[in-house]
Amino acid sequence: MKSAVLVFPGINRERDMARALKLASGNETAMVWHAETSLPAGTDLVVVPGGFSYGDYLRCGAIAARAPVMDAVRDFAAKGGLVLGVCNGFQILCESGLLPGVLMRNAQLKFVCRDVHMRVERSGTPFTRGYNAGQVIRVPVAHGEGNYEADEETLKRLEGDGRVLYRYCSAEGVVDEASNFNGAAHSIAGIVNEGGNVLGMMPHPENHVEEIMGCTDGRGLFAGLVQHHERAA
Amino acid sequence: MKARVTVTLKSGILDPQGKAIEGALKSLGVDGIASVRQGKVFDIELAATDKAKAEAALKAAADKLLANTVIENYRVEVLS
Repeated sequence: MKSAVLVFPGINRERDMARALKLASGNETAMVWHAETSLPAGTDLVVVPGGFSYGDYLRCGAIAARAPVMDAVRDFAAKGGLVLGVCNGFQILCESGLLPGVLMRNAQLKFVCRDVHMRVERSGTPFTRGYNAGQVIRVPVAHGEGNYEADEETLKRLEGDGRVLYRYCSAEGVVDEASNFNGAAHSIAGIVNEGGNVLGMMPHPENHVEEIMGCTDGRGLFAGLVQHHERAA
Repeated sequence: MKARVTVTLKSGILDPQGKAIEGALKSLGVDGIASVRQGKVFDIELAATDKAKAEAALKAAADKLLANTVIENYRVEVLS
């Protein structure tokens, strides 16, 4: 699996992401500067990593979403290419129109940096193949604007089409108000687009992939992507 | 030509920052504050001298970047 990680000024998780992708796939990851107008030939997966692109000026992800490279990403996604956006990457995908909705300020106005639990709502998608449906995984979050909101119509469609792949929950897998630390609608942690090939999520699975990190629950996402790619090939 | 684009949250969209400011104003004892909503103001200078053209450019700027029309409204004013 050949991955390309986008690099915008102010992004800071691109190396973590490249390392996690290399661990899972065995391949070097291409780092693609935001001013590029095309993706490397043969790219199988585009990742928009976390960080604070353009210092979160204007709105989180707003300026990065209009960078030249995003036109190439839109073309890639339209052809069914896999795109993963994490944290600021999720915000960028929403701002670019690749995913519906918006990430608002956390309901408690606090920047939250800690481990949280999320429930895998469906298995068998490219982004959840490495997990079982209903499985609870522990992943770190680090964001101030992760409160997912969309209009009722959109939320209904997301739920009806099974496009909510990850949801915040307690350690036991119960989705409740107490575990919904940022106030997201329907406790949404991660959603896919209509085609199912673009995922945005707030938590950082790339930071829970090695023993030294204290937890390896994030591995499943990357292993699943590699598996999906090998099957498709 | 000078212009101003004002971006505000749509009604019904939760505005935690506005709420915090509202709370602070109330605790300062400022009289009669009912509610506060926070927005953004962009003061823009344009090369155009034609008002209609300027408005079209500002509308494009707001639609493409300045506002996220999922949650925000905007107003364009050509000032001079």
